[in-house]
Amino acid sequence: MKADKSYFRKLWKRIYRCRLLYALLLPSLAAVFIFHYIPIYGIQIAFKDFRTSLGIWGSHWVGLKHFKNFIEYPYFGKIIWNTFWISFVSLWTFPAPIIFAIMLNEMRNLKLKKVCQMITYAPYFVSTVVVCSMTILFLNREGLINNIIGFLGGEAKDFLSIPSAFAPIYVLTGLWQGLGWGTIIYLATLAGVSLELIEAAKIDGASRLQVIWHVNLPHLRPTIVTLLILQMGSLLSVGFEKTFLLQNPLNMEASNVISIYVYNVGLKNQQYSYSTAVGLFNSIISITLIVIANTISKKVSETSLW
Amino acid sequence: MKKQSSLKSHSKLKRITLFDVVNTSLVVLLTLLIIYPLYFCVIASFSDPTQVAAGRTLVWIRDFTTDAYRNILKESKLWMGYRNTIIYTVLGTMYNLVLTIPAAYVLTKKYLPFRGIISWFFFLTMFIGGGLVPSYLLMSSLHLVNSPLSMILGTGVSCYNLIVTRQYFSTSIHPDIYDAAYIDGAGEWQCLSRIALPLAKPILAVMTLYYGVGHWNDYYTALIYLHKEKYYPLQLVLRNILITNQTMILDGTSGKDVATMEYLLNKAHAAQGMKYSIIFIASLPLLVAYPFVQKYFAQGVMIGSVKG
Repeated sequence: MKADKSYFRKLWKRIYRCRLLYALLLPSLAAVFIFHYIPIYGIQIAFKDFRTSLGIWGSHWVGLKHFKNFIEYPYFGKIIWNTFWISFVSLWTFPAPIIFAIMLNEMRNLKLKKVCQMITYAPYFVSTVVVCSMTILFLNREGLINNIIGFLGGEAKDFLSIPSAFAPIYVLTGLWQGLGWGTIIYLATLAGVSLELIEAAKIDGASRLQVIWHVNLPHLRPTIVTLLILQMGSLLSVGFEKTFLLQNPLNMEASNVISIYVYNVGLKNQQYSYSTAVGLFNSIISITLIVIANTISKKVSETSLW
Repeated sequence: MKKQSSLKSHSKLKRITLFDVVNTSLVVLLTLLIIYPLYFCVIASFSDPTQVAAGRTLVWIRDFTTDAYRNILKESKLWMGYRNTIIYTVLGTMYNLVLTIPAAYVLTKKYLPFRGIISWFFFLTMFIGGGLVPSYLLMSSLHLVNSPLSMILGTGVSCYNLIVTRQYFSTSIHPDIYDAAYIDGAGEWQCLSRIALPLAKPILAVMTLYYGVGHWNDYYTALIYLHKEKYYPLQLVLRNILITNQTMILDGTSGKDVATMEYLLNKAHAAQGMKYSIIFIASLPLLVAYPFVQKYFAQGVMIGSVKG
């Protein structure tokens, strides 16, 4: 008992000494608590029939009704498939920044390398709205892409109204924005490759490509695996912002993804509980996917997030 | 040390191989491909819209005109959006910095009781969140729906930025410096304001830019929470003009032959031309600032990647 008391007194003394530090933390703790943790408390409406008059706490429990409704919704399979398909297509661009980083890393002309880096990072800062407007302008019948196709003797097409073209358009615009920026993390890792190792490989007669393959790539492996696991986790979370902007009635068949559905039923139709349930369903699958990817990676490559 | 430098000079002396030629040309080609869409928007905005639609402006301006820019000068919505966005960006970024910087500083103090729990309190925000509707309900109960404050207030602390800033504080400022200051009678407050902040200027620049670009480019928050046009930020105005094709003021062409096909076609082309110029005007602040600040952006990612 006595030992306990002195422990708490000591702890209190330590806390008291740090009172100013706690005061400095207080605003951010309060902001995160209010704007991030209170909405988490609100997730319970996924299991309730939310009525504004009754409030979050007072609304009645209905169990898994909303989840059942979502699974039985005729377009359930289509929405899940659309979301998965867009992510799956973007997975194919995953190696692009790795290859580009290796190419930049091999450049001898350092000034030119800097200029190329600067230019390729730029699209990352162009806003989503501008990127999507450019996409729409370029892809319309009199747009840039169709002009170029015309010069090459092809036939003009209204690409954004072709459902099967939606995923490639989404992914390619993402690649345009993210290719340069994506190289930064790999370039930072490549800077850590030991010069001695490269020199030793060269003395043993390795060509430039062999050095890349046997020295540089293995050095990048932990970074690649980590980013790949994170990508797996986002397999069912196609972003709302770009999809919403590129969507039109003609490509709806391919562009109706989970995040769009959550917005439509939640804010447009005001089916608050149902929309929350759909969102929660999505998060649970994402977390499950990331856990699975992490477990596999732990076994296969000994790299893991936790 | 000597060995390193000799190795470097050795590889510098090597002559340029076929590999270098192919590699460098590919990188340059890719870079040109990436810059081209932006370049095209600029030349298209200064060209005659009919020429643009016919595909004659792929390389350089055709029939130079500034009509598009003269037309958008009359777009009052656009300039209101511009003004709103500047206000949101300045105040929002200040709010972010006031929350993030002190928190990051405090979390470097190893002797702080409950430091681990507090860190987790921030880290968890990366993995779990309330989602659209619960957040909306909160904002509406705080009377922030349809209030310009919704563009500024919010979680305020991005966990990623917090980690990067904390990493910077703990690697660039040695704890002994604080110990020396304590001995000289400085309090925690002096340590932050006189020692940590002045030494942290680079990370302050990085954070200002990260948060600033985030606010400048944000349309999602406004789409969800703002329904009054006078509060719309630039990005939402852009979306309405560029993507949902709300009407624009288009005079200038004379009132004759109003109904002819040619007139309608020209009008449609002029609208397209205006879009290119709007894209240019909207991205101008970033394009101007970018060359000066891009090294800081990259620095931020580097610091963050150390910890992973």
